[in-house]
Amino acid sequence: MGVDMRDLSPELLELIRLTSTELPPDVEAALHDARAREQPGSAALGALDSILENIGLARQKSSPICQDTGTPLFFVRHPGDWSTRALRDQIRGAVAEATKKSYLRPNAVDSISGKNSGNNLGDGAFPTIHFEEIEGDELTVELILKGGGCENVGAQYSLPDGWLGAGRDLEGVRRVVLDAVHQAQGQGCAPGVLGVAIGGDRGSSFAASKEVLLRPMNEPNPDRQLAALETRLLEEGNRLGIGPMGFGGNTTLLGVKATSLHRLPASYFVSVSYMCWAYRRRRMIVHGEDVRYP
Amino acid sequence: MQTLTLPLSPDAIRRLKVGDAVRLSGILLTGRDTAHKWLVETFIRKTRLPAGDDLDVERAIRPLLEGGAIYHCGPVVGGLETKDYRFVAAGPTTSTREEPYQGDVMRHFQVRAVIGKGGMGLRTLEACGEVPGVYLHAIGGAATLIAQTVTRVIAVHKLDFGVPEAMWVIEVRDFPAVVTMDAHGKSLHAEVEARSAERLASLLGA
Repeated sequence: MGVDMRDLSPELLELIRLTSTELPPDVEAALHDARAREQPGSAALGALDSILENIGLARQKSSPICQDTGTPLFFVRHPGDWSTRALRDQIRGAVAEATKKSYLRPNAVDSISGKNSGNNLGDGAFPTIHFEEIEGDELTVELILKGGGCENVGAQYSLPDGWLGAGRDLEGVRRVVLDAVHQAQGQGCAPGVLGVAIGGDRGSSFAASKEVLLRPMNEPNPDRQLAALETRLLEEGNRLGIGPMGFGGNTTLLGVKATSLHRLPASYFVSVSYMCWAYRRRRMIVHGEDVRYP
Repeated sequence: MQTLTLPLSPDAIRRLKVGDAVRLSGILLTGRDTAHKWLVETFIRKTRLPAGDDLDVERAIRPLLEGGAIYHCGPVVGGLETKDYRFVAAGPTTSTREEPYQGDVMRHFQVRAVIGKGGMGLRTLEACGEVPGVYLHAIGGAATLIAQTVTRVIAVHKLDFGVPEAMWVIEVRDFPAVVTMDAHGKSLHAEVEARSAERLASLLGA
């Protein structure tokens, strides 16, 4: 397309608005299921009622579900004829515009001076944009808004971990992930969803633990062993009894998503990205003139 | 359900117990990481000299803090360009980051309610016993719902800290929260953590 490449700024602004203000249906359904599992009159049930009421109100008023609109994480898969430089400019422009419209809170802070840029634009890593060139003629932009509270309780383990008795196998992975859930308590805005990456180096491992959060809630892991691990971690994580907001209760986790990467012989990292219940992720697909937000 | 009106008396605080659901009304102040660091370094430990409008701001907020509430919140605020401010989204932020400061701030300014999420540690719990004070847990992420209870934005101090870190003076009506740390030494967070540690040990076969 070259210089004729389409300007997607308005569509990208709509993607950001949608992500910030309307929780995906699969996440909302999981929260309704969690509500059904809590005791009448409990603080846990009260928390879930407020959460569900807030989700409806945010959608109706087109206002942010959570005031911490987080780090915008964009995942762009584009055909070869799209310019990633032009797309980056359009994404950054849309982020600044969304901030002006109060869909996003100004969140980009200079780490040395402490100054907030005021428009959510920082250096190259803020917002975070991943590009991947793909076959075909469909452009897909996915966005996750990941708040600071849950980001702060993410964890990375280097196995073996003697303290937790965690060796370099899936049993070791189970042990450290349960420790991460316990350490997080309610601070990551439970009930959360875990992104777990096994292997890689420290950087690729954490990146994969976030990208795996793009998967739908109810889609089983294609890998049989990882699927079994996800099921077990979900069940055992919930047995910790931390509950919504850490008030105690039956639902601490809404889901677990795991993936693996090749690693060096010397390294065995397990990275856990905790996503809060306000699991804001949306997708936009551009095909010719057609733009969809499925 | 108990209703609380700011400012809070010591008796009103002592009546509150962990687990109580409350609705809070009155004028309060938001303050999070930068504000707590600034308060402690400038007015309590005095490791830096007041500069700029520091003393004016302290004079303005002191009467609000005495018997008052501090809310760990970095809101989304509309009307920034016209200064016709309104809270669009205003849920709590994670309180534990203020643990190194909170107890000192409560004692120095006689703050009787700290509102946030995730709970706080032993130092804050001790200050709750002394001042006396309580920790009120708001529902994390319920930002649009909570913003509905903000009836008025009265003033903003230290906007140069950035919108999330500035100290916003707001009036709230029926702000919903749960007492999770009380003036009698009880903390729901300590209880939940101890129980989850036991269950973790049994899941790990330790």
